[in-house]
Amino acid sequence: MSKHSITISVNGTDHSAEVDSRLLLVHFIRENLDLTGTHIGCDTTSCGACTVLINGRAVKSCTMFAVQANGAEVDTVEGMAEGGQLHPLQEGFWEKHGLQCGYCTPGMLMSAKHLLSKNPNPTEDEIRWGISGNLCRCTGYNKIVEAIQYAAEKLQQEEVAA
Amino acid sequence: MTVYHDPNKPRHVDDRVEVKHPVPEGASAKVETTEQIAVTTPPEVCGMGHRMKRKEDPRFIQGRGQYVDDVKLPGMLYMDIVRSPYAHAKILDIDASAALEMDGVLAVITGKDLEAHGLHWMPTLMSDTQMVLPTEKVVYYAQEVCAVIATDRYIAADAVENIFVDYDPLDAVVDPFKALEDETIVRTDKEVQTNRIWHWEVGDQAATDEVFANAKHVVKQYMHIPRIHVASIETCGMVANYNPATEKMQIYMTTQAPHAIRTVFALVTGLPEHKIQIISPDIGGGFGGKVPVYPGYVIGAVASLLLGKPVKWIEDRSENLQADSFARDYHLEAELAADENGKLVGLRVNGLADHGAADAAANPSKFPAGLFSICSGSYDIEATHVNFDAVYTTKPPGGVAYRCSFRVTEAVHMIERLTDMMAHDLGIDPAEYRMQNFIQPEQFPYKSATGWEYDSGNYPAALKKAMDMIGYDELRREQAEKRERGELMGIGISSFTEVVGAGPAKDYDILGIKMFDSAEIRIHPTGKAIARFGTKSQGQGHETTYAQIIAQELGIPANDIEVEEGDTDTAPYGLGTYASRSTPTAGAAAAMAARKIRAKAKKIAAHLLEASEEDLEWNVNQWQVKGSPDQAKTIQDIAFAAYTNHPDDLEAGLEATDYYNPPNLTFPFGSYICVVDVDKGTGEVHIRRFVAIDDCGNIINPLVVEGQVHGGLTMGLAPAMFEEIVYDEYGTCLTGTFADYLLPTAVESPKWETGHTITPSPHHPIGAKGVGESPTVGAPPAIANAVVDALWHLGVRHIDIPITPQKVWQALRDAGVSD
Ligand code: FES
Ligand code: FES
Repeated sequence: MSKHSITISVNGTDHSAEVDSRLLLVHFIRENLDLTGTHIGCDTTSCGACTVLINGRAVKSCTMFAVQANGAEVDTVEGMAEGGQLHPLQEGFWEKHGLQCGYCTPGMLMSAKHLLSKNPNPTEDEIRWGISGNLCRCTGYNKIVEAIQYAAEKLQQEEVAA
Repeated sequence: MTVYHDPNKPRHVDDRVEVKHPVPEGASAKVETTEQIAVTTPPEVCGMGHRMKRKEDPRFIQGRGQYVDDVKLPGMLYMDIVRSPYAHAKILDIDASAALEMDGVLAVITGKDLEAHGLHWMPTLMSDTQMVLPTEKVVYYAQEVCAVIATDRYIAADAVENIFVDYDPLDAVVDPFKALEDETIVRTDKEVQTNRIWHWEVGDQAATDEVFANAKHVVKQYMHIPRIHVASIETCGMVANYNPATEKMQIYMTTQAPHAIRTVFALVTGLPEHKIQIISPDIGGGFGGKVPVYPGYVIGAVASLLLGKPVKWIEDRSENLQADSFARDYHLEAELAADENGKLVGLRVNGLADHGAADAAANPSKFPAGLFSICSGSYDIEATHVNFDAVYTTKPPGGVAYRCSFRVTEAVHMIERLTDMMAHDLGIDPAEYRMQNFIQPEQFPYKSATGWEYDSGNYPAALKKAMDMIGYDELRREQAEKRERGELMGIGISSFTEVVGAGPAKDYDILGIKMFDSAEIRIHPTGKAIARFGTKSQGQGHETTYAQIIAQELGIPANDIEVEEGDTDTAPYGLGTYASRSTPTAGAAAAMAARKIRAKAKKIAAHLLEASEEDLEWNVNQWQVKGSPDQAKTIQDIAFAAYTNHPDDLEAGLEATDYYNPPNLTFPFGSYICVVDVDKGTGEVHIRRFVAIDDCGNIINPLVVEGQVHGGLTMGLAPAMFEEIVYDEYGTCLTGTFADYLLPTAVESPKWETGHTITPSPHHPIGAKGVGESPTVGAPPAIANAVVDALWHLGVRHIDIPITPQKVWQALRDAGVSD
């Protein structure tokens, strides 16, 4: 198996490593970098538990090799809160009870972040479609939708204030 | 009437009869129903009834939860499993030589290796046996055949590909009705060569037959409640960490019942129980699938024991769907009888349970078909008789619950479908028909024909509220208009009764361990507290709700109470979290332990206030002198005194433990109404609205209850419309990935509309009943009834779940509607 030198920026910090060509990005994040907030729930790109942002776009990191992310900027749930301040999405999930077991949550947060970056004021339907690549077995989705609505509103207010 | 049991055939194991002891007086009663959630503590205390944000959430929303796959120990090895491509085959040879030559491969463990230690078989929770690894033959597709231990998970996976197993295929036994014929025997290891596992009956057969003989109206329906899988988003896994120096086996594992697992491990492996520590870390959803011991857990532990190193094993999704315990798979031939006035009088059921290759259910041991005998549901029915057989087939062993209290979902689906059919047959509106046949509020305490004593209930109130909320009469008018125009719209009701909270110890045990549960509370000198429990949250929010119960009882702010579960070295013994039992048992234990603390606190307060105990009264968070509330000692003052200034004749410290044994089960209930529109061309069912009114007794945290209900509803929608584990004729699983086994996403899941009534449990210390599973139990028949309601006028009487567009389209086509 050939080895590759890669450098990936994760949550704003560059990480260089020698990796096998077949190493999945999700394993690179979880095992090489010990960022275990990104989870694994399936083998078929179906569940979205592994969702991270790559150059701002939501990507299922179980379906990408680490080498493919060489040079990219990756954001994971661990980088969401800034300076001890929760991101409005994190706040929304907490306020609105958008999580139960928490296993899908990091992936949901990432998909939601991508959605709001494209569409800051989504309708309920757009939110539901926006997270339709992420499975949650616990919440029945109602409160995840509310959590994202909460964040959308808060982000917009922040925008206005700025 | 079909009776699956053939009296001429040998019966396997024993013929079982359900035993239920009388319920103590006062444990069931007529209780007033309200809608108002009682809140008696201020927000800073956050006792019962507050919409408290969950205490566990900060770690989850920041990616700081610790699930089993996040555990990383020095020198940790990885295990991967070779699985059978056949449902039934002899194993002729296992050639692991190529794998063992690979760099990084340390060991291959086969059934023969385990046999040397007597570990190739293990008991199931139903006292049946199950192979850990086979020595002679495999009995289900994807069964564990042998395991590889390697330094890295990629190498372990490569090694799996390098193990060559020679199989001699045998006939698969896929159809449980064929299994009854005993042509091919699945469990050839058993003394009696039959596929029959057990036969079980409950109720009075003669009385039921007589009621049927005299009944004016009878509806009869065969139903299959299909095999499904809990599919929690986190699969199962473990890190076994045996330390040869201390001889201690530490196991991190995805388990809902860590203490019971520790005892089972001790009994199976012979390791002394004090040298086994089970740690159940954060769990990514359980729903019953993380109650059993799977072969992988045992193999992983053995691997760690043999190699003296930590070994990690994490299932992938396909292994999880293909080989872990399934749920349901009940075939029911059911009949419901009514008299000339339409009053329901009799229920007769013949059931066949397909258990796969072992009875690996997780029921209380005296209840082989779980609590199925709750099947007369919310209705006052004079006579019920249930007759059940269970068989082995060449499918994975089971069946566990799928967010359900031991087979209650099957029972509820059946009675709610039958009642709806009867109403339609009699031409009476299904809501009105239910109102007529409900056990009425004044009939509580109600004793059912199958021996249950329902603790409390008010069924008309819940249905009425659901009807008002959804605008029932208006919907019926709309439906009539649409029908005129040839459009298909249906309204479905489900008025279910659950039975949860196992259980009274005299009747309920798992492998002989009584089903009590426990709480241990310690108040620190500064008035903060830690509380530990025998249960284990998998997302239910125990860290918050248990803290609120204690806050309610002691006035210590819920935020000042650390709740800990899942470490058997520190938590008090308990049976774990499943079957909605945590609030009824451990939640009760929390209240009882807190009350013990309050009693001791009173003595300390009397000492501090120089008053007599009789002169003190409790007020939110303090003991005060009656009539002069400014003469008071708060729980924090008292806690400090308990370590610094307690009376000489009193032990220091402020802590208590309670092992709570409930006098009866609890009977949550609710009424759900679903409105569907059916596309005539495609058979697609669109859920337009779904209203759910739940009554789970007193509410600890309305936010958490809403979340539990929403989640349960989506897990009820899932088997009603999408999910089924399917096998081909060779016993090969066809639904081994999320691409074939369809979990509802946010798009399929409707916007749930929920509400509540409150009819407290008369025997529970805080009047709560448990709620996590009610919606999974109640939702499927509401959906099925809605679809059938839309098609009834076309002659459609029943559609088995999952109600897929294809089934609906076929029904429409058979009715000459679709083309
Ligand atoms: S782990 Fe399921 S989509 Fe990546
Ligand atoms: S919160 Fe458990 S899977 Fe979403």
